[in-house]
Amino acid sequence: MLKVENIDVYYGAIHAVKNVSFEVGDGEIVALIGANGAGKSTILKTVSGLMHPRTGTITFCGQNITHTEAYKLLRTGLAHVPEGRRIFLQMSVQENLEMGAYINKSVSQEDLEMVFNYFPRLKERRKQVAGTLSGGEQQMLAMSRALMSHPKLMMLDEPSMGLAPIIVDQVFGIIKELHKSGTTILLVEQNARKALQIADRAYVLETGSITLTGTGVELAKSDEVRKAYLGG
Amino acid sequence: MKIIQYLINGISIGSVYAIIALGYTMVYGIAKMLNFAHGDIIMVGAYISFCVTNYLGLPVVVSILAAMAVCTALGMLIEALAYKPLRGTPSLAVLITAIGVSYFLQNAAQLIWSSSPKNYTSVVTFQPLRLAGGQLVITGEVIVTIIASIVIMVGLTWFTGKTRTGKAMRAVSEDREAAELMGISVNKTISTTFAIGSALAAIAGVLLCSTVPTLQPTTGSMPGIRAFTAAVLGGIGSIPGAMLGGILLGVIETFSKAYLSPQFSDAIVFGVLIVILLVKPAGLLGKQVQEKV
Repeated sequence: MLKVENIDVYYGAIHAVKNVSFEVGDGEIVALIGANGAGKSTILKTVSGLMHPRTGTITFCGQNITHTEAYKLLRTGLAHVPEGRRIFLQMSVQENLEMGAYINKSVSQEDLEMVFNYFPRLKERRKQVAGTLSGGEQQMLAMSRALMSHPKLMMLDEPSMGLAPIIVDQVFGIIKELHKSGTTILLVEQNARKALQIADRAYVLETGSITLTGTGVELAKSDEVRKAYLGG
Repeated sequence: MKIIQYLINGISIGSVYAIIALGYTMVYGIAKMLNFAHGDIIMVGAYISFCVTNYLGLPVVVSILAAMAVCTALGMLIEALAYKPLRGTPSLAVLITAIGVSYFLQNAAQLIWSSSPKNYTSVVTFQPLRLAGGQLVITGEVIVTIIASIVIMVGLTWFTGKTRTGKAMRAVSEDREAAELMGISVNKTISTTFAIGSALAAIAGVLLCSTVPTLQPTTGSMPGIRAFTAAVLGGIGSIPGAMLGGILLGVIETFSKAYLSPQFSDAIVFGVLIVILLVKPAGLLGKQVQEKV
């Protein structure tokens, strides 16, 4: 579904992503794990068109999207839930969801019901300004907002960041449910343990390069990964 | 009775500032830039409406619509040619460019219409209201200006609050990248904002010159700066703030001209701005947003 081939991404003079290639197949959950600053978020931003690679190609559903502008990509079925949630804090929960459905011209009641099914808390709070939600609720809103466009591939950047363990479990539970209902998932996480539990395959990223790859189970057992990311 | 007369006149000129300030505030809120050429769009609007009535002999309504159409196109053109290529560069570069565009428009107007002032005929034709035995005179211009500003403010509030495009504008204003990820084209949204702001500037130009009939290439510059002050005073980015700031500024200006000193009225107006900003840096209705990390 998604194929990233030999991309190099720069922030000015800084070479943030070095010759990275990976693939996400139809119906997979793929995780990119690695330490802070390894280039995980940069890769997602590059896939979603917020940044562009200097070299390499990105293909999504057979279409070359290497230089496609970000706002056109959602229409092809690629949704990106960015790091730090980035919901519209001054807008209401309902309005945030409407923005998620912006490309559909209008919001269908069914879509709203669908996300409220996943996240019943948001239904109670639909009139509330998003800035007043708790961190967990904001993460749920960010995911709901992305779901409104019925993406084929959902990219999640650090969905567990700053959340209490019990909320992290909930969020990962919902990622699994979304996956079951047919959404392909590309997950970026610092919480490697959690990510590897649900991932079909994973890539380990170190200072801009992919150093290891394998199934979630394989990587969770590998000595290198355990030492570096799972605390021995 | 005099004091009420001054108050009404102040609200009227303040309403013109408010309409200009709404344009400033929208562009700032969404494109995050101070469009210092906004005041000069007003002047262009007034000249267009002047030419359509005086040279083509067309009705007033046509002249206003023509002014709005030309200014809308001009606003979008300026944005596309001068500001869009600078997106992502330091805001200082954009600011200096805007000042450059402002002088460009003034000089272009001087070339086209010469620097000698034109006598603008008011677009309002009905008789003034005389109240309290003729002591209180409310001109047609005053009534039209105040009504126009209220209609515009209500219209904009509805537009940004209820329509799909308006909500997209608020989304872009809050977080450009996140808006892009929703499929909203930031470029188109900013262009639309310039279109709306410039159409409002055309209306402001017509109303301003109907009240103060001298039309010359620098006509828009001082009202533009006052309106910018009004937008900051009310809280830049806020629609009701621009309205409140504009009217407040108009009233303060009229009163200081009447009771203190006509020469120092601008000094007083800007003095008030400084004092208010010292106490409330975000402006009267400005929001200080706290982010949850």
